[in-house]
Amino acid sequence: MRRVNKGERTRLRLTLNGRKMSGEAEPRMLLSDFLRHVLGATGTHVGCEHGVCGCCTVLIDGTAVRSCLTLAVQAEGRAVTTIESLADANGKLNALQQAFQNNHALQCGFCTPGILMSFTDFLKRNPHPTEAEVVDVLSGHLCRCTGYTGIVAAVLEAAGQTKPE
Amino acid sequence: MKPKPFDYVRPDSIDEAVAILAEHGDDARVLAGGQTLLAMLNLRVVEPSVLIDITRIPELGAIREMGGKIEVGAAVTQNALLAWPELAKKLPLLAAALPFVGHFQTRNKGTVCGSIAHADPTSELPLSLAVLEGEVVLRSHKGTRVLPAGEFQQGMLATARESDELITAVRFPVMKGGAAFREVARRHGDFAIVGVAVLAESADSIRLGVAGMADRPAVSRFKPNGAAGIRDAVERLAWELEGYEDVHASARMRRDLLRRIGPVVIEEAIRCAA
Repeated sequence: MRRVNKGERTRLRLTLNGRKMSGEAEPRMLLSDFLRHVLGATGTHVGCEHGVCGCCTVLIDGTAVRSCLTLAVQAEGRAVTTIESLADANGKLNALQQAFQNNHALQCGFCTPGILMSFTDFLKRNPHPTEAEVVDVLSGHLCRCTGYTGIVAAVLEAAGQTKPE
Repeated sequence: MKPKPFDYVRPDSIDEAVAILAEHGDDARVLAGGQTLLAMLNLRVVEPSVLIDITRIPELGAIREMGGKIEVGAAVTQNALLAWPELAKKLPLLAAALPFVGHFQTRNKGTVCGSIAHADPTSELPLSLAVLEGEVVLRSHKGTRVLPAGEFQQGMLATARESDELITAVRFPVMKGGAAFREVARRHGDFAIVGVAVLAESADSIRLGVAGMADRPAVSRFKPNGAAGIRDAVERLAWELEGYEDVHASARMRRDLLRRIGPVVIEEAIRCAA
């Protein structure tokens, strides 16, 4: 049985984007804060902190979840994947990121890391989604700049459903 | 906002979990998917002194068929049940209702039992459990008891769970006949204003479940008597339940939504049964 007392800082080990990492956290620390403030992976953004806006979405063992609705200690021993993993070592965007750029699917970019991680999971399960299915997954994210048309077009392009104009 | 400090405990077995619950009772909270609880902790709506994380207890992670019922363990996520290959055949009502539970991202972590434990009166899973006349399995250090859905949910966010009890599973009877589900919400994924779940066991036996009209799901049975008969029955039910007013809708709007979607969902379930 794992037990961490109130206020006690404990060392948590997990895999972040394929690398073994560890850091100290007390039980109440959210995974979003652990990634940003302890491990220094600031690509994951924090918006509402109650699971509504979707900015902080990351993958845990390949599954898209809200890192603000996850305690850091719950991710102990798990594989966490964040936005930092998508482009290659030279900074070349992956197909989904490139499609976002092609379709002007971001403006300020605050919500984008979460959206990219959601569709990284979703397109793996459903490589050829319909527009309605894309909209359904996107309903778990809020974008206050562009509206959602470009984002839907980008995801469909990345899935090979439409050709870029 | 950040949660207040708490002790975190992650038991490896049900026995360990219920021992901790017996010790701490109301000061402890059980953490499964946390898709409501973590938000409540972040907003400091709840301030437990102990959090018991049950998600790594192997016995709680299974979906099993046993004696005409589908038992869903307390650590099974909503998306795991949605992806269960037998769902459309054995529990078509849940296949229809689960896509309305939160969003893709919250269903990846939120659990079936957690939603039922939370007992929101507009929520899809408590409504489905009530219409299907399912059961909730509760375990404490004293033993196990099984409650019918109608006895488990007692009001708005209120259940019959004692403070030393852990919900280990819920059981949905395997369905016969047709099913249909529909809800009206401000946006997809929001809490419903009114939700309707119908089980048509045969062309002349209907179970109608309504969420968002009272402090808990309301289930009624009746014999449909043509389109006009169905409309009359739903009309009577709308007045009987009255509805309530909150920030989302007036009681009158709730009655009106029930009148509009109720008959449509009933007809759809009857078509599915045929």
